[in-house]
Amino acid sequence: MTSNVSRWALLSLMLLLVPLGAWADWGALNMPQGVTEISNEVYTLHMRIFYICCAIGAAVFGVMIYSMFVHRKSKGVKPATFHESTTVEIVWTVVPLIILIVMAIPAARVLIKMEDFSDSEMSIKVTGYQWRWHYEYMDSGVSFFSQLEPTHNQARQMGSDIDLQSTFVPEAGNYQGEGEIYLKEVDNELVVPVGKKIRFLHTAADVIHSWWVPDLAVKKDAIPGFINENWALIEEPGIYRGKCAELCGRDHGFMPVVVRAVSQEEYDSWIAEKQSAMASVTEQSERQWAHQELVSVGEKVYQANCMSCHQAEGQGIPGMFPAIAGSEVATGSIDLHVDTVMNGIEGSMMSKFSDVLSDADIAAVITYQRNAFGNSTGDTLQPAHIKSLRDGLDISAPASVAALPDMNTTTGVN
Amino acid sequence: MTDLPHDPPRRSHARVAGKMVCLAFAMFGFGYLMVPLYDIICDITGLNGKTGRLSIAEAQATQTEIVAEDRKVIVEFVASINQGGSWIFKPMEKTMTVTPGKMYHASYYAENLSDNAVVAQATPSVTPFAAAKYFNKTECFCFTRQAFEPKGSKDMPLTFIIDPDLPINVDRVTLSYTFFRSPNQS
Amino acid sequence: MSSNDVTHHAPDDHAHHDHDEHGPAPGLMRWVTTTNHKDIGTLYLWFSLIMFFIGGAMALVIRAELFQPGIQIVDPMFFNSMTTLHAIVMIFGVVMPAFVGLANWMIPMMIGAPDMALPRLNNWSFWIMPFAFLIMLSTLFMDSGGPAGGWTLYPPLVLQMGDSFAFVIFAIHFMGISSVMGSINIVATIFNMRPPGMTFMKMPMFVWTWLITAYLLIATIPVFAGAVTMLLTDRYFGTSFFSAAGGGDPVMFQHIFWFFGHPEVYILILPAFGIVSSIIPTFARKELFGYDSMVYATASIAFLSFIVWAHHMFTTGMPLAGELFFMFSTMMISVPTGVKVFNWVATMWRGAMTFETPMLFAIGFVIMFTVGGLSGLMLAITPADIQYHDTYFVVAHFHYVLVPGAIYSLMAATYYWLPKWTGNMYDEKLGKMHFWISTIFVNVLFFPMHFVGLAGMPRRIPDYSLQFADWNMIATIGAFGFGFSQLMFVYIIVKCVRGGEKATGEVWEGARGLEWTVPSPAPYHTFETAPVIEPSTVTR
Repeated sequence: MTSNVSRWALLSLMLLLVPLGAWADWGALNMPQGVTEISNEVYTLHMRIFYICCAIGAAVFGVMIYSMFVHRKSKGVKPATFHESTTVEIVWTVVPLIILIVMAIPAARVLIKMEDFSDSEMSIKVTGYQWRWHYEYMDSGVSFFSQLEPTHNQARQMGSDIDLQSTFVPEAGNYQGEGEIYLKEVDNELVVPVGKKIRFLHTAADVIHSWWVPDLAVKKDAIPGFINENWALIEEPGIYRGKCAELCGRDHGFMPVVVRAVSQEEYDSWIAEKQSAMASVTEQSERQWAHQELVSVGEKVYQANCMSCHQAEGQGIPGMFPAIAGSEVATGSIDLHVDTVMNGIEGSMMSKFSDVLSDADIAAVITYQRNAFGNSTGDTLQPAHIKSLRDGLDISAPASVAALPDMNTTTGVN
Repeated sequence: MTDLPHDPPRRSHARVAGKMVCLAFAMFGFGYLMVPLYDIICDITGLNGKTGRLSIAEAQATQTEIVAEDRKVIVEFVASINQGGSWIFKPMEKTMTVTPGKMYHASYYAENLSDNAVVAQATPSVTPFAAAKYFNKTECFCFTRQAFEPKGSKDMPLTFIIDPDLPINVDRVTLSYTFFRSPNQS
Repeated sequence: MSSNDVTHHAPDDHAHHDHDEHGPAPGLMRWVTTTNHKDIGTLYLWFSLIMFFIGGAMALVIRAELFQPGIQIVDPMFFNSMTTLHAIVMIFGVVMPAFVGLANWMIPMMIGAPDMALPRLNNWSFWIMPFAFLIMLSTLFMDSGGPAGGWTLYPPLVLQMGDSFAFVIFAIHFMGISSVMGSINIVATIFNMRPPGMTFMKMPMFVWTWLITAYLLIATIPVFAGAVTMLLTDRYFGTSFFSAAGGGDPVMFQHIFWFFGHPEVYILILPAFGIVSSIIPTFARKELFGYDSMVYATASIAFLSFIVWAHHMFTTGMPLAGELFFMFSTMMISVPTGVKVFNWVATMWRGAMTFETPMLFAIGFVIMFTVGGLSGLMLAITPADIQYHDTYFVVAHFHYVLVPGAIYSLMAATYYWLPKWTGNMYDEKLGKMHFWISTIFVNVLFFPMHFVGLAGMPRRIPDYSLQFADWNMIATIGAFGFGFSQLMFVYIIVKCVRGGEKATGEVWEGARGLEWTVPSPAPYHTFETAPVIEPSTVTR
């Protein structure tokens, strides 16, 4: 009997779905409860609606399934002829309305709380770039870019031989109890103090991004030309990981967010450290670098910033991303090369790196590109040259270069 | 077997189709109408941080109203540069503590780092939304496009007044400018 | 046919019609030049079946890349093209044309009209489609690649696309024109072609839902056309509708887009409601419960669909009042939708049900559409939506509504009316197998997406963190299972077209409505003389 087959198939399907429903309570499969008052309220709201929906579903499907088993022609039943009832229609319009009101009131309450920006204690400006975040602490002036950590970036390239399972094992120390961190690690974490109401100001420099940290229940679109805000008051120290949530182009999936919440003292000393580090960046761009030093730093910068488009061997992707190996830009005039890296190419995916990378990084990556992938210009570009360009000094002389064998040559920028 | 021919259509097909075509064109027009409509809604609600603009006279009229002397609001100034072009763009002061109803001056500094003359435009945005329509400017560099000489720099002034009706739970207003290379360079 | 006392003429009874030839023109030109509603319906249906496999192949590329973490198969840019084109193909190339095809076939037969009101327009509105999609898909082979900014085409991202952008906009315009022309035809047919006695409240639900859908299409597609035209002029003619640099606003695009986009969602589901409202009474052998309230519910869903659009944009930043309004209006939609589901259940209640393939798909529709509807209710809650937004939870939600929702209704309709179209019964055993295999795989495919979404997996990403690996692997297995089991569907259709047990005119024991009063297969011309519709005539 086919109807028997159907019945068994239906039963097994239901059995298949039941455990799936039960798992919804597992932490890893559910919305995180998070570490702020708001995130906890959102979680409670979510669970409440989930249970209401389950109850509605159970009632409707229960009646349906009962009817399907009992009211079958094969059981010899004669069909009833009723086909309308105003009372019933009114009941099943009004009852859902009441349920909706019951759901809407607490939701509105949480929403009003979320939108209350008063009494904030600090502001952090978050700017979305393709494909990294820029953080600026409004009070202390500390600012930096934050992007996917280079080993992750290498591992996620097509054809990379890195075994994700064994490379990104959550280490006992750092990531204990955190679960997997592949694609969730950045080079520079956003460090914030616990117990303070922090406003996040969101904007973007190119396309729309969306800054999302599930544990804080914050997600806001970063829109070029406009400013948005939300806030969080983190209660527990810890590392909270998030992602860009709005499609922002090729590497949308690879711009994670990492927030490290620490005690106020730790935060203060971190800020102090950052401030002195920012001072040393200036130092780095003023001193003379050795060729080999630039190449090795440049290789890392390349892997973090250039490789995903221009590929590991600088071969590019034909039709999409030009090759660096043997290219005119990377083997011809160094000024054009500098201009391309610093200012990008308008109307293409080549973005502007002058405000993303430090002087030293730009000099290093250009030096690397001109001496790797079979390019052998032998050029050495000093960070000081980039700095002088950035400072708006008028340099009529071309960036001077030194031949390879002379490893310790200084640049020609005088 | 009844053999009724089809009634001639009560309304002609052309008329129904014509009406529908009109509806379609009207809705196409409505799509465009949403552009000014959206601006109006933004002005009314402060959606997307569109700020108000007052003439000096209006501003002075507001100023003569009773000023809530003891109320302090922090105004934060934020600067962003959109991609393309080399710029320095920053507020001269990062925050100001202001009293609603009083007029204040602030300024931004912009410098063109490139070797080309560039026309740029700064677009303003205010958050929170609840504050946007109470944030009025009488003078702003954002009202006009700015031409920069190669390596040229400018101080860009701004005069604003916060309406005393600013909702009481707003204690901090962020004014953000984003610097764009103007699409039209002439 | 005891319940029907409609008289009609089989075409062979009449040798002398002065206005029309009787059979189809011979050869391939029949399909190119046809103005016959049945031929055009057939063309639409085959077209959407082909597009279903193209869009499905794209989905399988997506799922294959997501089978395990890391990037193995396609470049992220191509991956984005796949997600974008998968959506465009499935929405504009599968579900919409399939519904138009069904409307072409069934609406004239359901209301007792000889053909569509505007047959030549009908021919045009079909033949635009293949060319629109040729242009759209050809962008994949252009230097700058296919569209990769998502089907929502948000600027400024979409404006970063190379010059194939112009082709995409061009293709969208043609798809839009085709849909609007098709809709105008449907409205004109329903208004003008009903025979005397066929009042509005005697029309089958499918006709009602299509009438409302046609209005939605005519009202919203032009808005979309306006929005993409603005994108085009922003890109090529120096306007700044959506660029903050020139005083525009990228969020405004989202408002205009979703003003179209949300009614579009109902365009994709209202005809499905109509189909299910035809099938369930047939196999429950009981009249549709609450016909009037079904009509009102459909109309109020259509109305509400115009005032909920910003629920797609809760994270863009909106005044509190806006967030509250769009939350409440969105929740309100669940009331008329609930009424529909309850009415279907009440129709089944105390019927005498049998479970042939169309009924199985219809019941599958009701259950799984409701699952999608309930997750939709969760999404309406703004504070929670801030967590759900742009995650796989949303992906799970709209796929539940659209795959075991809209697509299942199309399969149900195919099995239901296939005997009427071909004159042959399809293979019932294979049909049931098709249903059960599809249903198991479709849940394996989409159910896990709820979990990974809640746990934090954003949508439109080609690679993900390891904690999502297991569920993604399961979903991919489900995807391939579901995808390949659709080959059964094609096999069953082809087998049925080529032969099989002869179908009676009525086909189904409990069938109600005028389409079942004509012989199977339905003659090339039906109802050339108007049927007599008495108040007692069963037409729905």
